Amino acid sequence: MSLRLQTQGHPSPNLRANVLGRISLVPTGREARGDTVRLLRGGDPDADLDDYAGILTEAEVPESTPAPWISHARCLDHLSAGDVVLLQPTGGVRTLFRPASPHNSIFTTDRCNSYCVMCSQPPRTIDDSERIVEHLRLIELIARGAPSDIPRELGITGGEPTLLGNDLLRIIERCRDLLPETALHILSNGRLFYYGSFARRLAEIEHPDLMIGVPLYSDLDVEHDRVVQAPGAFGQTLIGLQNLGRFEVPVEIRVVLHRMTIERLEPTAAFIYRNLPFAAHIALMGLEPIGLAVKNLDSLWIDPRDYAETLEAATFYLAARGLDVSIYNHPLCAVPRSLWRFCRRSISDWKNEYLEDCSTCSVRARCGGFFASAVERRGMLRLKVTPIGL
Amino acid sequence: MASANFAEPPAPAPAYRLLPFRFERWKKREVLLVNDVGDSAFLDAPTFYALVGHCLSVASPGYLELKSKLFLTDGDPTVAIDLLATRYRTNKSFLSGFTGLHLFVITLRCDHSCPYCQVSRVKDGGSRWDMSPETAERAIDLMFRSPSPTLKVEFQGGEPLLRFDLIRSIVERILERNRTEGRQIEFVIATNLAPLDDEMLAYLKDRSILLSTSLDGPAPLHDANRPRPGRDSHALVEKNLARAREALGHDRISALMTTTERSLAQPREIVDEYVRLGFDSIFLRSISPYGFAVRTGAAARYQTSHFLDFYRAALDRIIEWNRRGTPIREVYSQILLSKILTPFATHYVDLQSPGGAGIGAVVYNYEGDVYASDEARMLAEMGDFTFRLGNVHRNTYEEIFGGETLRSLVASSVLEGLPGCNRCAFLPFCGGDPIFHHRTQGDPIGHRPTSAFCAKNMGILRHLFERLRSGDRFVVDLFTSWATGVPAPRCEEEAPV
Repeated sequence: MSLRLQTQGHPSPNLRANVLGRISLVPTGREARGDTVRLLRGGDPDADLDDYAGILTEAEVPESTPAPWISHARCLDHLSAGDVVLLQPTGGVRTLFRPASPHNSIFTTDRCNSYCVMCSQPPRTIDDSERIVEHLRLIELIARGAPSDIPRELGITGGEPTLLGNDLLRIIERCRDLLPETALHILSNGRLFYYGSFARRLAEIEHPDLMIGVPLYSDLDVEHDRVVQAPGAFGQTLIGLQNLGRFEVPVEIRVVLHRMTIERLEPTAAFIYRNLPFAAHIALMGLEPIGLAVKNLDSLWIDPRDYAETLEAATFYLAARGLDVSIYNHPLCAVPRSLWRFCRRSISDWKNEYLEDCSTCSVRARCGGFFASAVERRGMLRLKVTPIGL
Repeated sequence: MASANFAEPPAPAPAYRLLPFRFERWKKREVLLVNDVGDSAFLDAPTFYALVGHCLSVASPGYLELKSKLFLTDGDPTVAIDLLATRYRTNKSFLSGFTGLHLFVITLRCDHSCPYCQVSRVKDGGSRWDMSPETAERAIDLMFRSPSPTLKVEFQGGEPLLRFDLIRSIVERILERNRTEGRQIEFVIATNLAPLDDEMLAYLKDRSILLSTSLDGPAPLHDANRPRPGRDSHALVEKNLARAREALGHDRISALMTTTERSLAQPREIVDEYVRLGFDSIFLRSISPYGFAVRTGAAARYQTSHFLDFYRAALDRIIEWNRRGTPIREVYSQILLSKILTPFATHYVDLQSPGGAGIGAVVYNYEGDVYASDEARMLAEMGDFTFRLGNVHRNTYEEIFGGETLRSLVASSVLEGLPGCNRCAFLPFCGGDPIFHHRTQGDPIGHRPTSAFCAKNMGILRHLFERLRSGDRFVVDLFTSWATGVPAPRCEEEAPV
């Protein structure tokens, strides 16, 4: 089941800037209210609504309430205590953090210096550098949550997070200081680590548990650059990876499998082993048919069953050399059984779905299933499953 | 008129540049290319000539492989060169630690009288053949001057167990010193196991000390190679091997074999004996032209080609055992395969450039003389002090490790500058062994076409490349697992849960 992560309501006149807060379903003590968005569900509102960061309800809010609010929200069922939400002056309510989910990310920017043909979140060229304040605030709110709500892992994604430059380093420093038990996973195209000093400064933060996931789509510059639609990107990414390796920042190599990358998957695996053997993890990833990938679907989509042999060869090549390799975003019935032990349930819970036929499958519980966006296009993609008998 | 007979003018050259590589002709119609970091590719002759003639078409099947493997570049060349530079640094990283292996020859006394002994020995005799505590202390001082974060201490002889008291005092002294030094230290004793007793075993276990013994093959061969009073060397090895494994753990004792003329006819039997005694590795070592080995003429008696026949037959047998499910690997091949198949640095003093004599390993002899290698010490026993670096009592660390002797030894083992080696495709996998060439050819640089060292390594490397491209999936997977140290992943289907 995919989950709702935003909704819409009527903003109060004094909601003039974005407000972040942690959802509480009950009245809280005054000292915690600055961090809290009080969610009112039916019944009479609390007698005292002072000092909250914000109020959120599907009903009315008394005009006299001093805190900024969003009323008449369309649906708030998806929100739970401890969730961190963003209330926008437009009346938008976005969930930024859910303690119940293993898949939380800080979405740092909409900007990107590449334009990958299958980008799931196409970049926008807007100046959103002001959002750094919100990112730092979000980290603070997560850290001040209940101890059981501290995430084991937190993603940092975009857009391209390195475009934040120094501000990205500030985010990582803040995480190091406030969330030292939380592993950070940063998704970056790695191009800006071409500047060795940037890689060095990242390493110097000495975050205790950080990994940078960097996509590499080919062993050949022209092929990689064609996928990311940025000439010269391959060289920058490679030198960037070397720099990260030199400063001992753990890196993960991510290869998205589609028509433009599958042909060179095996030489790419060999290239990774020869030139990037320090990679801590290698993820071979199925395509998410959303964003630009939909626009380019004809030239990208390939049924995983049609590349099973290539995937098997590349996976075993890497595993035989001691590299930690995983297969993401593939339902088990689409890959050879020999590869099942490399398959991970990688699709974020809020967009992870299965087909009806999956209900009879004996391995559904450990199967990664599909992207919601793929299920939506099941006809066009000719999705099929072969339930595994007991 | 005659224009019809002229060749077509060459097509305009595609814009690519060659990156540095060396090559070797292979069975007439093929060429092996190896770049500076050890990546390799086979090309058929026409493709090779097109490549070096700068007219290889992008559409030709070899082009993309050569580009991917960094033999050519058609984009921004700085990217490929940066990648190669990083890997070159990685491959040469053995240099940064400087001397990591320190051999202590604590006594020349030995109960065996092996005719091939690469190390001279004296039959028991007095303590004048033993290392004094003062000499040991000075050697330990020198060892800790090495910047290497890891130190391997190897006790040698003679038979070092004959002076176990000395081993103990040196180990204790080193451990004490290491409380402030904080190095990672490993101890190993090279022993024939004959004098091993329970008290020694208790101490070895307590201090996690490794044993390395000699096993030449089945009893008749071993006892003929390694005579001792009673002719019971093999029986003692077998008995004490079991005791030592029982006390220390199965993997705490390794064995080395030396190939003699007698051994050459028994490759299968030797491998089988290692399997029978439960070893998962064997090191097929050829005889060296030093010490007693030379005095008895043993080295001269067989030719490198005979050794290569022996090596190939033994390797076949090893592969056969693996096919049958008994894992056993050949260590020399493993070192070479690791250089051929992995991007990592290997630490083996005889197969690196510059060579590891002195800068990777050093020998402190019983009387305090410091030698660049075991072979250098043996030369000295024969009256040739060319590679004596100094003496622990008379010289400083700077004089010993920074002196002219070691400098010129290192300089004459930089393959990139040695005639014959500098253009050899196998350079990234090989070593120079100036001490061997000094001994056999009267010159540390030597003459490669007549060098037994060169012939042996070329022969082994050619054979390994042949096996790798034989198309035998089992052998390729086996060699890969030797090279990477990763067991071949099982490909069988996973049962449903």
